[in-house]
Amino acid sequence: MNEFVFFLNNVVISGLVAGSIYALGAIGVTLLFGILRFAHFAHGDMMTLGAFITLVLTWILAGMGVSSGLPLAYFVLPLAIAITIVAALGLDRLFYAPLRARGAKPVTLLIASIGVTMMLQGLIRLLFGTGTYSFFEEVPKVIYRLPVEGATRAITFTQPQAVGVVVTILAVIALHLFLKRSRNGKAMRAVADNPDLAQVSGINIRKIVRLTWIIGAGLACLAGTFLALDVTVKPDLAFNILLPIFAAAIVGGVGQVYGAIVAGYLIGFAEVLAVFNWSVVLRPFRDSLPDWVPTTLAIVPTEYKVTVAFVILVVTLLLRPTGIFRGASS
Amino acid sequence: MSLIDLSSVVAGYGGVPILNGVDIAIDASDIGVIVGPNGAGKSTTLKAIFGLLKVSAGAIRFAGADITNARPDALVPMGLGYVPQEKNVFPSLTVQENLEMGAFVRTDGSGDTLASVYEMFPPLREKRRQKAGELSGGQRQMVAMGRALMGKPKLLMLDEPSAGLSPKYVLEIFERIVAINRGGVGVLMVEQNARQALAIASRGFVLAGGKNLFTGTGRALLDDPEVARSFLGGAKPA
Repeated sequence: MNEFVFFLNNVVISGLVAGSIYALGAIGVTLLFGILRFAHFAHGDMMTLGAFITLVLTWILAGMGVSSGLPLAYFVLPLAIAITIVAALGLDRLFYAPLRARGAKPVTLLIASIGVTMMLQGLIRLLFGTGTYSFFEEVPKVIYRLPVEGATRAITFTQPQAVGVVVTILAVIALHLFLKRSRNGKAMRAVADNPDLAQVSGINIRKIVRLTWIIGAGLACLAGTFLALDVTVKPDLAFNILLPIFAAAIVGGVGQVYGAIVAGYLIGFAEVLAVFNWSVVLRPFRDSLPDWVPTTLAIVPTEYKVTVAFVILVVTLLLRPTGIFRGASS
Repeated sequence: MSLIDLSSVVAGYGGVPILNGVDIAIDASDIGVIVGPNGAGKSTTLKAIFGLLKVSAGAIRFAGADITNARPDALVPMGLGYVPQEKNVFPSLTVQENLEMGAFVRTDGSGDTLASVYEMFPPLREKRRQKAGELSGGQRQMVAMGRALMGKPKLLMLDEPSAGLSPKYVLEIFERIVAINRGGVGVLMVEQNARQALAIASRGFVLAGGKNLFTGTGRALLDDPEVARSFLGGAKPA
């Protein structure tokens, strides 16, 4: 039984948490690619920016003498999302829109977004230094332990992990309803499908571009903050997970929102399964196992976790180049 | 006052102009057909009207208003509908969603128009939940025309509506075009099936080298021996 709980904690819960964050990031990347036709390299830093905006807002709130048993981050999150959206629209106006107006190629926009990445990282380091910050200076991180009958270990997860996974699911449902039911959501899918025809149907492409940034940046702030609540706030917080996020967007089929969600969780689970020590599950049979079975049986060592997303990406591109949901090939 | 009136329109994609002074005028009661050899500027004329490329000289008036170089999202609410020749559906959207996109600019309800589009193209009602990308060529053309009709246009512009369709569908599409026109919508279309198209046209325009070569009623162009020899593939069959 202990082995089962260990598996739940280290694979199911960790996979859900990582997958949720990857999915939220990958949705933004895939939507932006679908509408603007370029790989938004600065998406990771937009997540980091969102986390830092949340952090500053909690400082302001704490400075005003507000305190709560819950992390203040939960309360300021809507405002942080709004500010991140304004920042994203500002970045688009300043850097990407002028390039689009000149008919720049997608690769030019990609390079510009690498520039934005460096700028954002530089800006964050300039203002906050290179150190790490925590959302849990004032209140402790609540840890839930659900006892399991017949096991000495308990199913363990933190409150921000639970909140993060639930909010991710709600955000995905809201996005689904928006894309399938609302007029602007359908127009957004139409623009991704055939921008020229959308234009001759009278759809204002610029408005749809703004809407795409609003959704992408909003979800990025959400993902960045949940990641920061799970670990810590630091300048390279989300830049480090840019690879799995892009892998999820590509594996899911570029431009395919549902593909990005599925692939986000797929990569999240693949990573934790790959670094999971399988010998733990074999422990009950230890006596009957031959001697040559090693004590650690992980597919890859933890330090190489990042290669998992890369391997999945390469295999997908070899076997099914348009992704599992048949996205745009480019 | 004509519904659409192009006078000496010069237009192109920057650099050398493709249209070198095109004159076209039709009324709401007309079906206007533009014919001519490849590269004559037929499709370009429709794109110029719809603001998809730069008009450098001349003027385009729609129902009396100057619309030269206006943007498509301004033209659709004014009552212009345009069906491009290729890629004229949203493949991953359902048939009904495609039609809804045609009514995107409308602020009034579009339920009645949707019902009338389904009445005009019954197969679309059956396939309304299917993705447009999964339909046959003829059905796609119906979706494309239906989408344009959803905007309640005063002028419907069609770029080669019969291209790539089987003869059965060509006839069906032409019948629908006549019906749309009888409903009070002016039609301006480009066609390769010149003879068949001119037969339903009240106004015909032969373009070559970006200029008008002949202008007249559809009948007059069909009967003109010069037009028949140069652009309709020989004399009219008996």
